Amino acid sequence: MPALPPFQVLIDEHAEVVMAVLRAAVGHEAADDCFQETFLAALRAYPKLNDAGNLRGWVITIAHRKAIDHHRARGRRPLPVAEVAEVGVEDPLPGGEIWTAVGVLPPKQRAAVTLRYASDLPHAEIADALGCSPAAARRSLHEGIKRLRKELA
Amino acid sequence: MTKTPMSGLVERASQEGLLDVAYTTTDSPFGPLLLARTPKGLVRVGLPNQDAEELLAELATRVSPRVLEAPGQFDEARRELDLYFEGRLESFDLALDWQLSEGFRRRVLRGIARIPYGQTRSYTQMARGAGNQRAVRAAGTACGSNPIPLVVACHRVLRSSGGMGGYGGGVPMKRALLELEGALDV
Repeated sequence: MPALPPFQVLIDEHAEVVMAVLRAAVGHEAADDCFQETFLAALRAYPKLNDAGNLRGWVITIAHRKAIDHHRARGRRPLPVAEVAEVGVEDPLPGGEIWTAVGVLPPKQRAAVTLRYASDLPHAEIADALGCSPAAARRSLHEGIKRLRKELA
Repeated sequence: MTKTPMSGLVERASQEGLLDVAYTTTDSPFGPLLLARTPKGLVRVGLPNQDAEELLAELATRVSPRVLEAPGQFDEARRELDLYFEGRLESFDLALDWQLSEGFRRRVLRGIARIPYGQTRSYTQMARGAGNQRAVRAAGTACGSNPIPLVVACHRVLRSSGGMGGYGGGVPMKRALLELEGALDV
């Protein structure tokens, strides 16, 4: 079992992807708060983590839980479209128009598409992050892409 | 990376007692130093020729993996070190965490911490002070393993013959420190 690296290494290596995931999931403004909550929760749990093998997947999973908490707390469905467009402009993500369309997908599909194409996660890690089976993750991704094709055609 | 969520994170980690090991780097006339502390006090000083990444990995294993960069925790240490390197401070007033050394080694290191500024001792004297006059070689090893160099001034320990002996930061640095303290003029 590989030893746990200093927590700062985990931050340095994965802060960017966590921020991208959160901005896509909760919008630019709320992302800072969720970012702190994510890394605080990770820091709390860190010494007891058994597997140092997939820290990236682990911390992205936590980020998704924090995003869900955020939406629950606000008691409404996420993401006014305008915020997503802004994310697309500020972040170096390709094709602003595409990400605007991603922003109006249903939550699961949107998360799957974002994790796959903005964060470059493999299906298994997307499944971890969404708390579903790899098959279900693949399906969400597929549905999301199908819908995007239709929207953008 | 955005600065604000990061510094807020360190602050909250500290408030919640999650900041097991804080670290920073600071400049010195010899190059960058790594400083690491626990809530108890300074636990590790890395000299310029030592690999900071390796030292942090070791802290993660031996103390706690909750290791975070937190420059704000080192204002006093940095101030005292700056004064020391300017020749304007003779003894450090910093809380120390000795957990990285045990037994005979710790006794040797505590003895070293009591050597006054500008003076030197021999490895033999340090071995005797730690309760085992014949363990000269072990006393040398203890000096070499000093986790808190500079503040625990192992550069003040020389061979009985007057030879410089070794130094984790390299012998030229040891000589320069002793010159700074005026310990080599005799």
